[in-house]
Amino acid sequence: MTEAVAANPARGNRVLLVLAGLGWLGMIGAGFVSLAPNRLMSGRPLSLWMVTDWPTLAGITVLGAALLAAAFRPQGKALHRATALIAALLLLLIFFAAGRAAEALSAAAGPVARISLGTAFWLTISCTSLAIVDSFQRLKAGPVLRIGTALAVCASVAVMAAGGVFDALSIMVEYRSHQTSFAHELARHGVLVLGSVGAGLAIGVPLGIKLTSSLRLRGPVFGTLNLLQTVPSVALFGLLIAPLSLLAAAVPALKAFGVEGIGATPALIALTCYALLPIVRYTYSAFSGVDPVVIEAGLGVGFTRGQILWRVSLPLATPVLLAGLRIVLIQSIGLAVVAALIGAGGLGTFVFQGIGQDAVDLVLLGTLPTIFLALATDFTLKSVTSILQQRMAP
Amino acid sequence: MTGGHPGLRAARGALGSAIFWVGLLFAASLFLLPTLRPLFEWAFPGVEPAVYNRTTFLALWLSHAGLVLVSSLVSALVGIGFALFVTRGAGREFRAAVDSVAGIGQTFPPTTVLAVAVPIVGFGVTPTLIALMLYGLLPIVENAIAGFESVSASVLEAGAGMGLSPLQLFWRVELPLAAPLILTGIRTSVIVNIGTATIGSTVGAVTLGTPIISGLVGEKMPYVIQGTIVVGLFAILTDLVFDRLDQALRSRRNG
Amino acid sequence: MIEIERVVKSYGDRKVVDQVSLTVESGAFCVLLGTSGCGKSTLLKMVNRLIPATEGTIRVGGEDIRGIPAEQLRRRIGYAIQSIGLFPHWNIEDNIATVPRLLKWPEARIRDRVTELLDLFHLDPELYRRKRPSQLSGGQQQRIGVARALAAEPELLLMDEPFGALDPITRDVLQTELARIHKATGTTILFVTHDIDEALRLADRIAIMDSGRLVQHTTPIDLLEHPANDFVRDFIGRSEISLKLLSVRTVAERLRPAERGDGEPIAATAPLREALALMIARGTGRLPVSDAAGHPVGAVLLEDLIQ
Repeated sequence: MTEAVAANPARGNRVLLVLAGLGWLGMIGAGFVSLAPNRLMSGRPLSLWMVTDWPTLAGITVLGAALLAAAFRPQGKALHRATALIAALLLLLIFFAAGRAAEALSAAAGPVARISLGTAFWLTISCTSLAIVDSFQRLKAGPVLRIGTALAVCASVAVMAAGGVFDALSIMVEYRSHQTSFAHELARHGVLVLGSVGAGLAIGVPLGIKLTSSLRLRGPVFGTLNLLQTVPSVALFGLLIAPLSLLAAAVPALKAFGVEGIGATPALIALTCYALLPIVRYTYSAFSGVDPVVIEAGLGVGFTRGQILWRVSLPLATPVLLAGLRIVLIQSIGLAVVAALIGAGGLGTFVFQGIGQDAVDLVLLGTLPTIFLALATDFTLKSVTSILQQRMAP
Repeated sequence: MTGGHPGLRAARGALGSAIFWVGLLFAASLFLLPTLRPLFEWAFPGVEPAVYNRTTFLALWLSHAGLVLVSSLVSALVGIGFALFVTRGAGREFRAAVDSVAGIGQTFPPTTVLAVAVPIVGFGVTPTLIALMLYGLLPIVENAIAGFESVSASVLEAGAGMGLSPLQLFWRVELPLAAPLILTGIRTSVIVNIGTATIGSTVGAVTLGTPIISGLVGEKMPYVIQGTIVVGLFAILTDLVFDRLDQALRSRRNG
Repeated sequence: MIEIERVVKSYGDRKVVDQVSLTVESGAFCVLLGTSGCGKSTLLKMVNRLIPATEGTIRVGGEDIRGIPAEQLRRRIGYAIQSIGLFPHWNIEDNIATVPRLLKWPEARIRDRVTELLDLFHLDPELYRRKRPSQLSGGQQQRIGVARALAAEPELLLMDEPFGALDPITRDVLQTELARIHKATGTTILFVTHDIDEALRLADRIAIMDSGRLVQHTTPIDLLEHPANDFVRDFIGRSEISLKLLSVRTVAERLRPAERGDGEPIAATAPLREALALMIARGTGRLPVSDAAGHPVGAVLLEDLIQ
């Protein structure tokens, strides 16, 4: 995460001004939720004040106005903390308002009606989140505060969900009708990601370490891996299907092990191939980036090569390794979505089914968890890295 | 002089170059795949017709390349513009925020951006273009920012002190020095976009992914292979061309 | 050449340059001397309008600099900085040719000028013109930096601690070269440094600054003999003053034409410090002195140094 920029702090916070301004404009000009008479027809956008009760509306207005006002005040630590708090509260209140609005509309419109989240909702959610991020950057907040806040916000939304606040929203309706398969596909997605990254680590880390000492291999290895990564994912998936299905046809016993043309196997193999390049590259970078002077000192002290690897190089290489792990996990989470096209399952199933049926909420059922997984992985690993770095350089 | 006639030497140089061979293979795949019909008929009996013929591969490629080209041009202009804004003057305050947005945006899988665009703008070329432009923006912005920040402040101070106008300073000094990193960003963006565009076929865009998807859905393996060959070669060829461009830029910089 | 009248630069309430008035004669070598943060660099950058003055007037060649478009002004003034700032993507010739090209000189004239400058700095033109900055050492890069500043034959050369980042030997060599070039070209030079010895060596006039104010503006000898206040005395180094005077005065000033001495003669133009050093080395109180052609012109005595 980059350093906060102190522009003229006495003059206010332009970033917050833009975010708050966008939030206000969006809330006034765009639909907060949209109401469709049934699953097939498109919805009519409804503004916030049309669908929210007075207390909630007042709360949102006051908090929103406070954020906008904070953008004009001279900046200071106290103001940044206050801004972060106000933005977090506003974020949760908007979630709450959306759920309640859906409840009220659904009571009036009947069970077939579909109430989905509108532009204003997404816009204000994004703006308030970014406002929190901006405040933390200006505060130079440590990982503990960031993690704490993220957990608090997520927990609050989870509590609301468990309490049924969002049940009337169309996406939750969709979830309920696909509940078992959602759990199944989510698990599949996890298997695809963790399996491919795991296999990638098993192959890639030793390879990366080997490359630090072997100049000869570097060119061909990186060349091949680069080539693999350039090829579009669907193409690579597709390319693996043919030989694997021929193989399965020739040796039926393999089918028992799950080796087929279509399905998880080609996806896993392809995902592992994609995982290899970042893993190898980051491992190589991490270990070759260790100062040779330190290694020499280790040798001088009497460590064996193995001990040096384990006790000296590895701890020093860890930040870069974690960065690589973060990138490869996020990449795999995204690529695993495409795997649904070849029958491997995963969250992509809902995405492509939704596209096929022209059902937005089904698409969202696949997309939102994927995005959330990616963001959570990114955030967690970044926090772990920064905690480790704090420990190493107090 | 060894090698004889300079034209012959040039030809030999070209022959050794990977771009030449891959380019040749790619061109062959565009035009000559139908000639491999007997091969596909033998390997996959029962699939009629054995070679995808709904549209020519040339037409598919033109549509695909067109999508990538247009979206990359827009992303490049907008992305470099953002980077320009954020690396000087009043815009510096937004640098951290733009970094965050770009970072968060890159965690979004490209397919999700595509999927979310469909309900908003419908099927076909439009959501694909939107997804490509949005997603292609991020690596360009990040790399362009890094590129501009890599230009040493003392070089800019010396240039201004000598009497270069702000425009001259940007055009003759800052941009050439930032160019290698900007090009890296564009390269990443284009390669990812070639991949994302193939998935655009699932929402109705005509791309090299169309035979692949059609083959997957209709269980016609040859189509999958044919589409894969063409788009794979296209992607590799593009990457090689960018690599060459990068080398040329760097050698011009360092002499 | 430069008239600085009651110039002030403030950032908010902070005055970085406070009511400085200064005149630099045409052809003079004026050194702005002071500690870090005293405002000397800021003052320098106000002359070519890299920093706009808050109050006061600056005239270059009689013209108010605010009346000239900034780029035009800067193309008439050479500017050399400590971090050099050569354009890494251009070769040496293109770097030096920057301002001449901006001024639309004919290419042939530019080529000749580059050759001339490289010769001036004792760098083989044919060898160096195609090289890239990254292929040069720090000292060579700074030479090119100064050459680039001189390329368009400016009337004025601004230099901001140009030799500060170099090792002592290279610094010494470049100082000698700069002094030589100043004599050869007659360009007015405004030179910023925090190094008193560098100032004493190069300057015709020294302007010493403290906390944004001009404390004293005079010749090196005058500065040493009549420091304006304790700040100046401390800056020179109270115990060093007499020794530094020896660096500034020459043998010719203490020459006894009627006397003679034994051994290798010392040049009449050499500083007294060198004479003292030689006397100590040889264990003698008397040195023969010769002129530029090598003819004996007298002697210098130890007792005359201690005056």
